[in-house]
Formats: sequence, C-alpha cells, structure tokens
Amino acid sequence: MERKKAIEVQNVAKSFGSFQALKGVSFDIYDNEFFTMLGPSGCGKTTLLRMIAGFESPTAGTIRLHGRDILDQPPHKRRVNTVFQSYALFPHMTLEANIAFALENLGWEKARIRDRVAQMLDLVHMTPFARRRPAQLSGGQRQRIALARALASEPEVLLLDEPLSALDLKLRQAMRDELRALQRATGITFIFVTHDQEEALDMSDRICVLGAGEVQQIGAPNEIYEDPENRFVADFIGETNFLPAEVVSVEGDRATVTTPLGPVTTWHKGAVAGAPAMLSLRPEKIGMEDQAPGEALHGTITGRNYMGGYTHYTVTVNGTELRVSKRNAVSHGASLAIGAPVRLGFRPDSARVLAR
Amino acid sequence: MNWRDFRIWGLAPAWVIMALTLVLPIGIVVLVSLSIRGAYGGFDWGLSFDSYAKILFEEDWDGNLAFTPQYLAIIGRTLWLAGLTTLICAALALPAAYVIAQAPARWKAVLVYLVTLPFWVSMIVRVYAWIIILGNDGVIEKTLRGLGLVADMDSLLFTNGAMLTGLVYSYIPLMILPVFASIEKLDPALIEASHDLYGSRWVTARRVILPLTLPGLMAGAVLVFVPCLGAVLEPILLGGGKVMLMGNLIQTQFGGGRNWPFGAAIAVTLMGLVMIFLMLNALRARREVSHA
Repeated sequence: MERKKAIEVQNVAKSFGSFQALKGVSFDIYDNEFFTMLGPSGCGKTTLLRMIAGFESPTAGTIRLHGRDILDQPPHKRRVNTVFQSYALFPHMTLEANIAFALENLGWEKARIRDRVAQMLDLVHMTPFARRRPAQLSGGQRQRIALARALASEPEVLLLDEPLSALDLKLRQAMRDELRALQRATGITFIFVTHDQEEALDMSDRICVLGAGEVQQIGAPNEIYEDPENRFVADFIGETNFLPAEVVSVEGDRATVTTPLGPVTTWHKGAVAGAPAMLSLRPEKIGMEDQAPGEALHGTITGRNYMGGYTHYTVTVNGTELRVSKRNAVSHGASLAIGAPVRLGFRPDSARVLAR
Repeated sequence: MNWRDFRIWGLAPAWVIMALTLVLPIGIVVLVSLSIRGAYGGFDWGLSFDSYAKILFEEDWDGNLAFTPQYLAIIGRTLWLAGLTTLICAALALPAAYVIAQAPARWKAVLVYLVTLPFWVSMIVRVYAWIIILGNDGVIEKTLRGLGLVADMDSLLFTNGAMLTGLVYSYIPLMILPVFASIEKLDPALIEASHDLYGSRWVTARRVILPLTLPGLMAGAVLVFVPCLGAVLEPILLGGGKVMLMGNLIQTQFGGGRNWPFGAAIAVTLMGLVMIFLMLNALRARREVSHA
C-alpha cells in the first residue's frame, strides 16, 4: 500500500549571502513516521526544519504539507508545531495556560480546551503541576510540557529541534523512549533534528543524513549504519577504519579490491574497476584472537582505550593502523598489553567498498 | 574593630552624605511648611498647619474657612498630565524599543546613543526649541500655511497640548531605555513559539511581548511619571505660565508669591503623592515576584 506523504521537500535551496546552506534537497516524509534529519552543525538541518515551520523561506524550491504548498502561509497558519531547543515555554503563564495557548488561538470552546489540557497533562504525566510556572520545573519536566503544548492541537506534523540537547545524559536516554512512545501513541508525524547519531539510530523510522547542504543518504537506521552510501555517511555515523583500496573488478553489487590487508571481495557503492576506492571496516566487525573469523591477520597492539563496556585497541598490521573494539564480556578479563602480538580477522561481507 | 563593627561604621561616610543631601533638606522643607509666613516674605519658625489647610480651604474676609477646589484642580491637572504623558510615552516607546531591539548589532548601539542624545543638551535649550517649532510663525505654522492647508490658525503654543508635547519629548528616553532593555532580554524563540502556536501578530504582541516587557514598562513609567509631577520648565515655557501645575505653583510661591510655607506645604504634598505612587508600584512588583 502506498503510504500518504505528510511532507514533500522539493529542490529546496537556501543561500545566506554567498554561503549555500542548502543546495537543492528533495525528499518525502510519510504520515505517522519518526523521521530524523541528522548531520553535523552547519549542514542545513535546522534551516530545513525552520522552513517547514515557516520561520525561514527557501531561496528556491517548494515544500508541501499533505499535498498543499505551504510556503506562502505564515507560521501561525501552518498546522505544524515545534518543540524548540530551549523549549520556549511562556514564563509568565502556568503550564495549563501554556498548553491552552494554541487551542485558544484556534478558537476552541472553553470546555473543550479544559478537557484537552487535562488530557495532555495526563499524557506527559504532569497533571499535579498544572498550576506551576515553567521556572519551577526541572529540565525534563519542561521538555514534557513543551511536547504537550506542541501536540495539544494535533498538528499534522511535529517538528523537534534538538530537544534533548539541553538534558543530562541519563535523562536524555529516558526521554528517547518517552518520545518514541509518544509518537506511537499519538500517531503524529515527528520530524526530529539532531547531530547526535546515537539518538537518531535509536528513535528513527528513517534517517536523512545531511552534509554540506545536500542529502547524503536516506534510510532505516541499520541501512545507514551497515550500508553507507558514501564516505561521508560511513565517517559521520559510528566509527570506521578507512583503508585505501584499488578496485580489481566489479560484478553487479560486489567488487573485488586489493587493500593493505590483502584482497577483499564484498558489497560496494560506486566502485569502478581500475579506480582507487576505500574499504570501510567498522571496529566492532574485526575479531581478535580466538574470535577472529576469516583469514588470519597478524598485528601488534599499539594503543588501548578502556571504555568500560568496551576496550578500543589500535592494532598495526603490515604498517596499517586499525581500530578494533572488543566487548569486555568478563569482568577483569585478560586484556592485551601494548606491544603484544595479536591475531585478527573479519568477514569480508562486513566491510564495504566506497568510492573515494 | 571587628568585622561586625566595620560593617556598621564603615558606612559612616555614606550615612553622612545621605543625611546632608537627603534627610536635612527634606527636613528643612517640612519645617518650613509648618512655619508661618513672614510679613516681608520668607518665614518665621513656628508650628502651624495653616499652609496645609490653605491647599483645601480659603479664608474669607471674616476669617471663616471655605472649601476651595482651586489647588485641588492644579493637583488633579498635574496628576492627569503626568499620567497622560506616561501613557503616550509608553505607547511610543514600545514600538521604538522593539525596532531598536530588532536592528542589526552595529545599528543598535547607534540607535541607543541617538535616544540618549537629547540628554547632552541643556533641558532649557531643548524646551526653547519647541517654542520655535510651535510658536506663532513657528516651523509648524509656516509649513502648514506654506502648503496652503490653513489660512490662519490659533497659536499652538501656551496650550495643554504644547505642554504635553514638551513633557513627552523630555521624558520619553527614560521610557525607551528600560523598555528596550526588557525587549532585548526577551528570548526571540518565545515570539516564534507564539507564532508557531497559531498566534497572530496581534495575539503575540498582547499575550507574549507585552506581559514580558511589563517590568521595563513599569520602570519606565516611574521614571517618566515622577519627574512629570514636578515639571517646572514645560508649564512655564510651553504652557506660558497660564496653565498652573504643581511644579510651577511651588516655584511661584517661593518666587513671586513670597509664601514659602505654602510652597513648602505643596512640595511636601507632591512628595507624599510620589511616595504613594512608588509604594503602590513596589507592592505590585513584589506580588509579581511571588507569583513567578
């Protein structure tokens, strides 16, 4: 079944003076989707979000909301609400009044507003705080009220501008689950903007990776991580080893390359026979000692970073440095000393050949 | 001397200055207001409330006291004019401050400087300038006549309107600056949030911008209203001395009227009014803090 498009972004470009923040991007966002725009700062993700909200207008291109072009509508006419990075709760109003604000502006009846406000407070578990003011709340509570306020009028799309960045780590993780649950419960399309790849991988149905004002890749979290479209995506999402490679032959989706670790045949993106390429090999895909799959490589430990759950080793193989991460499965388990020889291995299918 | 003592006696210079410049002069004015008018001007020390009674009552030829609204009218007119000036200043300062706050950073400093510029020129000179603008054959009259809009017109000078214009002009910077400060502090995301939540420009101005800039408006209101109550130059130069306000009433009593005790009594009354106004404002501010 063809899903309904909530947002259509078509050839949207934005220039600030001579700086091109967005170079003509196009993608669709579907109804009831948790869609994340992920990218480093300055990649244009926030600009895109503000265009959908109506706070900025593109230099070229169109944006449609459920089929209607919304670019000529001012923000207060768009059935789209935003959760701001700073929450932007009205400090002079009670939480109730904050939530009721949008409903009053839409001209709802008093009784209906009262019911809806109570319902929203209940949804975010803030009912006892109804008469408080934002200054009396913790960061997590403010976040919940900002969500309740933005969702109260049942917007066609909810925009979230890095809403978790102001929270501390523990709270951020709890809020991820809450956000996801809230999206499921309300069935409203969420467009989430973040530079935190972990957040994006955790919550999203689909992720749009933006870089240098262009869409680099759109896909489900595991597609983005396991099958990156290009070097930018492989580099930005997670950690990886890039090995220089020469393409020997290409057969459909698979390519054979020569690397400092020997010849490798695996899936590729954009490889051309005879041309230089890159082999991307994630640190956790490389096994050590008895957990080393495939053909054995012999190297020496040259660096070690203990991270608690994992230890990141730097291993030098034939003069090439490799980052290898090893799960610390046993407490106080044997760890490899710097200078120790080590046997490594990886499944060729876990590596990816990317155009250089 | 231990720390505790130092905290008390270390402030001695400040206490001395306060006593000499604040307590002493006010004390003298209060004493003068309780004195008896001297036969040849000045005053003789005494303790009499006659001067205060004179604000409300008039002594007729038989020595009976009869109620007279004459001075009450002046007090009322002063309050009315000061209030009106404050309102007009607020209405003009809000958009002006908003424009300054929205201006690019390098323009902001210039615009704030321009607002304070009139303070660099003597108050008398600035008020005289309005005589040139409003007077007979003044800038406005000549312009209107030159455009053929009017053949002959009543003088704009020496009217309530002229006084009001002068007062607004003199004190509006004192309103713009605190309002500007409070608009500057306003998080622009709040205005965006209001628009985002279906608030039109009008709703945003009324329900978000106005309440959040209220502290600045109230501070500005105090700074404008209080000196307006005691304004002297504007009623004399622009009102032509025809329209009496408390400021020039006091001035007349110490000057031409030669009734120092009565002048002092009016000054003390004026001070009382100012203090009531400030106290009400402080109460309101405290209520606001306890709400927040």
